[in-house]
Amino acid sequence: MRTKSDFINIDKSKLFRKLLRVRMVEEELVRRHSEQEMRCPIHFCIGREAIAVALCESLKISDYTVSTHRAHAHYLTKGGSLYAMISEFYGKSTGCAAGRGGSMHLIDRNVGFVGCVPIVGSTIPIGVGLAFGSMLQKNDKVTVIFFGDGSTEEGAFYESLNFALMNNLRVIFMCENDFYAVSTHITKRRRNDEAIIRIVEGFGIGAYRFDGQDCNSLAKKLASIVDDVRSNGKPVFVQCDTYRYTGNCGPESDSRPDDEVSRWKERDPVKLMQEKLLNAKVLSTDQIEQFKAEIAAEIQEAFDKAQAAPFPLRPDLNKFVFKDASNSL
Amino acid sequence: MPVIPYSQAIRDGLYEAMKADDSVIVIGQGVPDASQTYGTTSGLIDHFGADRVLEMPISEASMVGIILGASLVSIRPVMVFARMEFAVLAMDQIVNQAAKWHYMFAGGDSVPIVLRMIVGRGWGQGAQHAQSLHNWFAHVPGLKVVMPSTAYDAKGLLISSIEDPNPVIFVEHRWLHYTTSNVPDGLYRIPIGSPNLIRTGKHATVVASSYSTIDAIKASEILLKEGIDIDLIDLRTIAPLNDAMILESVKKTGRLVVCDQGHLTSGFSAEIVARVTEKAFKDLKEAPIRIALPDCPTPTTRALSNYFYPMPEHIVNAVRQQLGLKNQDPFLNVKPKDYLDSPNKEFVGPF
Ligand SMILES: Cc1ncc(C[n+]2csc(CCOP(=O)(O)OP(=O)(O)O)c2C)c(N)n1
Repeated sequence: MRTKSDFINIDKSKLFRKLLRVRMVEEELVRRHSEQEMRCPIHFCIGREAIAVALCESLKISDYTVSTHRAHAHYLTKGGSLYAMISEFYGKSTGCAAGRGGSMHLIDRNVGFVGCVPIVGSTIPIGVGLAFGSMLQKNDKVTVIFFGDGSTEEGAFYESLNFALMNNLRVIFMCENDFYAVSTHITKRRRNDEAIIRIVEGFGIGAYRFDGQDCNSLAKKLASIVDDVRSNGKPVFVQCDTYRYTGNCGPESDSRPDDEVSRWKERDPVKLMQEKLLNAKVLSTDQIEQFKAEIAAEIQEAFDKAQAAPFPLRPDLNKFVFKDASNSL
Repeated sequence: MPVIPYSQAIRDGLYEAMKADDSVIVIGQGVPDASQTYGTTSGLIDHFGADRVLEMPISEASMVGIILGASLVSIRPVMVFARMEFAVLAMDQIVNQAAKWHYMFAGGDSVPIVLRMIVGRGWGQGAQHAQSLHNWFAHVPGLKVVMPSTAYDAKGLLISSIEDPNPVIFVEHRWLHYTTSNVPDGLYRIPIGSPNLIRTGKHATVVASSYSTIDAIKASEILLKEGIDIDLIDLRTIAPLNDAMILESVKKTGRLVVCDQGHLTSGFSAEIVARVTEKAFKDLKEAPIRIALPDCPTPTTRALSNYFYPMPEHIVNAVRQQLGLKNQDPFLNVKPKDYLDSPNKEFVGPF
């Protein structure tokens, strides 16, 4: 099926810049992690950035996203504030959750990033609920639910799929398949990695499996899917194969096989796209250097400001336990 | 007796129980892999093989049902939740099914499963990775809930839990994994439902469990320097609750301070105070004091968690208050930037 987006020309150099930005933020977090000032579990997404970058390219700010413990790329590409995110890691009152949440509880309602939580699978039904709300409100917002392959083992995933399908909700179930849950390979949790998509197809939902490393071609495919979901009002399941370079939590690597890691690194999404764009002369090395300099400056500023920002104060401990009833209807 | 960490004591307890009984299996996310659940399952797979040391999908709700089913045909499963919160997904199987099976089918079958639940704390664990919900489980008839505070107790209680014909919730506080104590080799048991009198004194009775016991021990040392001595009771089991030792102690001291890792309101500390008030009201010289977490989810930032968790000084203060002595706010000199979010400086996260 041909949709509008076949004719949409994705701005490759802008797309690359976004990809680079997520990577550089992550790398800076890795560098600063050992200073022991960001004292919360941080789940890095280095290696997996292309999926969020590609998908969010076609989303509107008013569309919704929810995510998991590994949410940096999702948050940033949906337009979440870098400063608010870094502040949150430092536990500052300027953080997007005012220090209450840390890296596993990011939120930016201004850009439709409705929240992420570290309980595996828990935001899947919540995302379906956002889309349900959109249906009741008769708008055409698309909701993207980001989750890992491991999340598809939770019953809530299947129950949510069923409801989304029964009600023709505008949901993209975006499964980032990095083949691991913590350090357990998918084949120790499922018969084979085709199983997810086969089961999902059994529900009667449109299901796709894509390469998650080639950002540009992924962006095109996903643009068409976003269009489709928006215009047809139907949920879709997309599995993108990818790989993360760090261990489950923290910047260190873990004990995954060396040859496997290096095989994936050969198809590093940033490297891959950079090479392609240089070869095609869409970008020059000078332009890339300029991107890097601009992004580095932005990151530096966010870190400086976040570090200088105030901590929440002791009397604030009980703030936010309940919303003040007098303020709401 | 060798001195070993709590985490290793758990591992040794599993080893002994598995060696003694072929039907014991251990299952959980990460149990056989490299991280081996904070070292609590290290090497078990080499001894007992992949049939008895098993990975599981991230499917907590049905997996508890599955081990329940297996237990009905004579398997004795130990299941591990790296965080207590993950067991919340399985509440139906735990609360509606496992806890009631023996009762609702007239005492024929029972469900000999052990659910190890690890309670996180500090270093930014936050609202969904640091809750101690032991009180929920203790509220459900049919569940046993044990909360060992020492390596010695952990091993002995784990073995008893595995041998027990009922579902047992085995609560491990993450900071306790690092503590060490003398632990005998081989198989030994600490009976479920046996509190431990850690220290005797005349001025007050302090009741604690799990990591609160460590705080209470520190408090007792501070108090001792002031010439105040306490009865310190480590509950070790909170369900079924054996209150005889507490009642006897309060008869002697007339004063009660209860320390708990749960929240204050409707928390387990209230149960202890209620028991003592009901059964030994006349022995009390002062109103009991509860030390528990505030009624607020766990904040991630150390700037707030520094003011969230009670410290040994809170227990010291409570005892002093009972004796009519003056106090100051234990948090008075705490700074938001302090590093109170880990048990030792070497720790670089994440719990
Ligand atoms: C309900 C629940 N069970 C277990 C965990 C522990 N845990 C944290 S991350 C993780 C792996 C998740 O894997 P996946 O969904 O593939 O996401 P990825 O980390 O690969 O992004 C697990 C099991 C959890 N957070 N929540």
